Amino acid sequence: MSLWRLLRRFLRPYLRQISILVVLLVAQTIGNLYLPNLNADIINDGVVAGNLHYIVHTGEWMLALALIIGVFSIVAIYWASQVSMGAGADIRGDVFKQVQSFSARDMNNFGTASLITRNTNDIQQIQLFLQMALTMMVIAPIMCFGGIIMALHEGLKLSLLLLVAVPAMGIFVGAVMVRVVPQFRSMQTKIDRINEVLREQITGVRVIRAFVRNESEAERFDVANVALTKTALNVNRTFALMLPTMMVILNLSSVAVIWFGGRLVNEGAMPIGNLTAFLTYILQILLSVMMAVMVAILLPRAAASGERVMQVLDTTAVISDIVNPVTPHELSGRVEFSNVTFAYPGSERPVLDRLSFTFEPGATSAIIGGTGSGKTTLLNLIPRFFDATEGQLLVNGVDVREQAREELWRSLGIVPQAAYLFSGTVASNLRFGREGASEAQLWRALDIAQASDFVREMPGGLEARIDQGGTNVSGGQRQRLAIARALVKEPSIYLFDDCFSALDAATDARLRAALRTGTENASVIIVAQRVSTIMHADRIIVLEDGRVVGMGSHEDLLETCSEYREIVVSQLGAEAAR
Amino acid sequence: MSMGMGPMRGAGVPVQKSRDLRGTTRRLFSLLGPERFKLALALVLGVASVGFLVSGPQILGNATNILFDGIVSKMLPVGTSKAQAIELLRTHGHGQLASMISGMNVTPGVGVDITRMGQVLGVAALVYLVGATFNYLQGFTMSGLTQRLMSKMRADVEVKMSHLPLRYFDSHSHGDVLSRVTNDIDNLTTTIQQGLSQLMTSILTIVGVLGMMFWISPLLAAVSIITIPLALVVTTLIAKRSQRHFADQWRQTGSLNGLVEETHTGHELVQVYGRSDATVAEFNRQNKSLYLASFKAQFLSGMIQPSMQFISNINYVTIAVLGGYRVASGLLSLGAVTAFIQYSRQFTMPITQIASQMNMLQSGVASAERVFEFLDASEELPDTLEAPLAERAGVQRGAVTLERVSFRYEVNEPLIEDFSLEVAPGETVAIVGPTGAGKTTVVNLLVRFYEIDSGRILLDGVDYRDLSRDQVRRAFGMVLQDTWMFSGSIRDNIRYGRPDASDEEVVRAAEAAHVDGFVRTLPDGYATVLDEDASNLSSGQKQLLTIARAFLANQSILILDEATSNVDTRTEVLIQEAMSRLRQGRTSFVIAHRLSTIRDADTIIVMQHGRIVEQGDHESLMAAKGAYYELYESQFSDAGT
Repeated sequence: MSLWRLLRRFLRPYLRQISILVVLLVAQTIGNLYLPNLNADIINDGVVAGNLHYIVHTGEWMLALALIIGVFSIVAIYWASQVSMGAGADIRGDVFKQVQSFSARDMNNFGTASLITRNTNDIQQIQLFLQMALTMMVIAPIMCFGGIIMALHEGLKLSLLLLVAVPAMGIFVGAVMVRVVPQFRSMQTKIDRINEVLREQITGVRVIRAFVRNESEAERFDVANVALTKTALNVNRTFALMLPTMMVILNLSSVAVIWFGGRLVNEGAMPIGNLTAFLTYILQILLSVMMAVMVAILLPRAAASGERVMQVLDTTAVISDIVNPVTPHELSGRVEFSNVTFAYPGSERPVLDRLSFTFEPGATSAIIGGTGSGKTTLLNLIPRFFDATEGQLLVNGVDVREQAREELWRSLGIVPQAAYLFSGTVASNLRFGREGASEAQLWRALDIAQASDFVREMPGGLEARIDQGGTNVSGGQRQRLAIARALVKEPSIYLFDDCFSALDAATDARLRAALRTGTENASVIIVAQRVSTIMHADRIIVLEDGRVVGMGSHEDLLETCSEYREIVVSQLGAEAAR
Repeated sequence: MSMGMGPMRGAGVPVQKSRDLRGTTRRLFSLLGPERFKLALALVLGVASVGFLVSGPQILGNATNILFDGIVSKMLPVGTSKAQAIELLRTHGHGQLASMISGMNVTPGVGVDITRMGQVLGVAALVYLVGATFNYLQGFTMSGLTQRLMSKMRADVEVKMSHLPLRYFDSHSHGDVLSRVTNDIDNLTTTIQQGLSQLMTSILTIVGVLGMMFWISPLLAAVSIITIPLALVVTTLIAKRSQRHFADQWRQTGSLNGLVEETHTGHELVQVYGRSDATVAEFNRQNKSLYLASFKAQFLSGMIQPSMQFISNINYVTIAVLGGYRVASGLLSLGAVTAFIQYSRQFTMPITQIASQMNMLQSGVASAERVFEFLDASEELPDTLEAPLAERAGVQRGAVTLERVSFRYEVNEPLIEDFSLEVAPGETVAIVGPTGAGKTTVVNLLVRFYEIDSGRILLDGVDYRDLSRDQVRRAFGMVLQDTWMFSGSIRDNIRYGRPDASDEEVVRAAEAAHVDGFVRTLPDGYATVLDEDASNLSSGQKQLLTIARAFLANQSILILDEATSNVDTRTEVLIQEAMSRLRQGRTSFVIAHRLSTIRDADTIIVMQHGRIVEQGDHESLMAAKGAYYELYESQFSDAGT
């Protein structure tokens, strides 16, 4: 089981604490088991014999014992909290680090959202389970076995009752669990369904109202609501049976103890004080069963979480650095594709098909083509987010697979399609790729990215707050800040992935003009949908279905490439293609 | 609860924000109003169940007494009377024993009365069974009650959603609204489900047990009752401290989760910009403080249980000693002491439980407050129903007239002032301007997502205000900026604007939007189920589906909001053909970045900074050399060089 493997791995550093914990818990439980014994003594030797002095003396003893038990349990809780929270933090740290080493393919396999849940909620579940298990899973068996031994000690014959009571409780609890666990699962899917409907109604509020679908949405919700209410009712009603029945088993056991025990006492086979003690022991045995049940309820969730976390830790990144990476002699910024083919595993048709071209420093190249033509994939090969299936890709004169990725990334400046900013300030975002950049350098980058005007207007300027993802600035502003962030890094290769789309035409034009001077000595590679964005590039590569169908300047391509002409006509009108 | 239908108060701002624990709790209980008979029934069942369960130990104590009496009787010489036996003991120097026996029901020489003990035990078993049955019935009633309550609350939220003005959704973060209607409701349900029933039982048990304890021995009860304030003081002292660390823990969790979310989302950026090490270091720092906070919270809150255990043990010892004394002095029976010990065990448990339930209820009430805030947000003005326009049915021509319309989102920021526009059926109006210029504002007013401040809008000569919102919206077909899909089949998504459309009509619409070919490549074709966010489609494909949706809806007026900006360049050619076909015979409002496509529009509206700055056709606007001219030049100066 994955959870077991996970716990073995992460509890190992805490073996010392766990041993102390177990010793304390054992001592505490024995103490708790011994208390009723003392009470029996009070009755047998004190009350029955009328010995007041003995009663007081034993009472003092009991009080001292209770104090020791209390201190022991508090110390035990201290260690249990330290171990469970510590192990939880360790798992969290390891998962985070592991994900940091993942390649784009690994990220895709898991999905970002799922990785976030695994790194947060799942570990929280395990931590919760650990905290419960560390105390209860130790106490319950000791209490159960200790209780049984003490019960045997108090009255051997009477203990036969346990043979009835304990299995009865076990069978009942088992039966309820078998019924309730699948119901719980079904309830969770129904809660998910309701939340899904509500989420859709919030995100799609404009469409719903525009198409006048309020009523059918309300129906959809009602169906989900009724289903949830029904299942929840079933679960809760089954669960309502749990406590009363356990109480009945417990109480009837007490009745039976007095009935059978009473006869034994009458026959002189057992002192009467032992009967009271026995009652307490049987209570404790059955309570320990209940405790085990509580942990058992948490186990399925924790096991599922453990499995999900272990999957992350067991994944070896698809792409990793070779043992002795080669360092390029100079960071010229030259990028060379030589017969590069890329196909997703298992797919018949390659996404990129035998591409060969070179991006030279100081030149701007553009890649244009329809959705699914492979533009973004091409770009992703350069930082080695993916590895080419065939052929060779050289950056700075060395095959990317032979370089250390950190080294490779140092010469790249990427602006992805979806501009993403990190929570912090404008400045902290701009300095993302170069921590020591001066304010003057930041402003220069903002000037080029056509962002200095609005940054100046933001409260605090460079120190203005940016929310996670950059949601507090508009899409166009986000793109410009992302571009500025790349410019601050001053890399030798720029990769712009369709990152001008949210800009209006005028800003787009000004930005591109400024960019030409700002990136003079670097290789600039732009992927775009809009012709106007790329028509001034030194060279345009037209991709279709992963193949190059045209390469050259705007004017050349208008003459030679029908696909390009078609794009131009559709976007700029027939005039522009003339 | 109040579902204020009154006039819109300040742009959907919640009525009050202050944390009002008592008020929210009261309101939560007032929701139980319709269920008050069930609640009363549950209470009666609870009292009955606790009554029976609480008398159990007392009856068992009686059985113990019979047993004890029998044992002691056996030890006394046969044939003597009780008085003689006591006298005998006194003379032998067993004064203590003598006084104990004087308080007992002994018949010297006779053993345990097994029959009577059996009868008493039978009664005890019966009492326990009946008590448990009542307990189950109470649980059964309570779960029905809470589930109905929560179901009602969810339905209220749903109704509220459709009554809220769009302004509310635009001015509140979707994440927050979502969290209120999902997480908070979930939390509230759990709280009410577990908390309410348990709280009821706990309080009843305390009262019942205390009653029994006083009945058996007022002295011992008085001693035990001292543990209540002691337990409360200890619990609150610890809880107050641990609460602080819990708050700290949740804050740290939030911030760490934020970091994880952001780092995993921006994974590639973090790698390429060389921030992995720095991020891991930051993560470790936050992870460490989370560990410290959660450790302290767990440790402190974990201390409650052993502390209560200790208090309970003190109580136990005190009763054992004091009870032993009393039995030995003949003032109390042994059975009473055994029963008392059992009661005192039952007594401390509900107190500890109440402490933890209070914690849970507090978080539940905080959630309830957030849900109530949502339910209290001001609603849209109801449609004027005095003149429901059945007459509209016949005259769907698609003429739109705006007369001296003024509108502003914020009271102090004039946006659209005194704007008039006449659109004849079949005409095309283009709305242009840079990003963020407020082009969607016009759409918001046209389909009545927002109400205008003054002036009027006429649809085929009828004032909007004399129409219901739904009537207005039914006249419009829309391809909106967000390509929203619901989780369902592709067929149902296309059919969204006209649920009664046949399968053939769906296919025809898909063909017109050039998405039929793509749909057919999917393994399940039109039956393919889209997941949430339709993440199994590319943005271009989603766009095409929304176009097909508009095709099928077939309305007399069309709104195309940046419809083609996401579609790939080759398909765009085909879409534009389809679009112009769709526009034929329909009034259309087109919002686009590209000026080439709108040159032949009948009217062009130019917007800047949320305001309409120019209005006219292409030629007149070019001649005016204003904002439109600049926009046009900046885009086509590129094409010229």
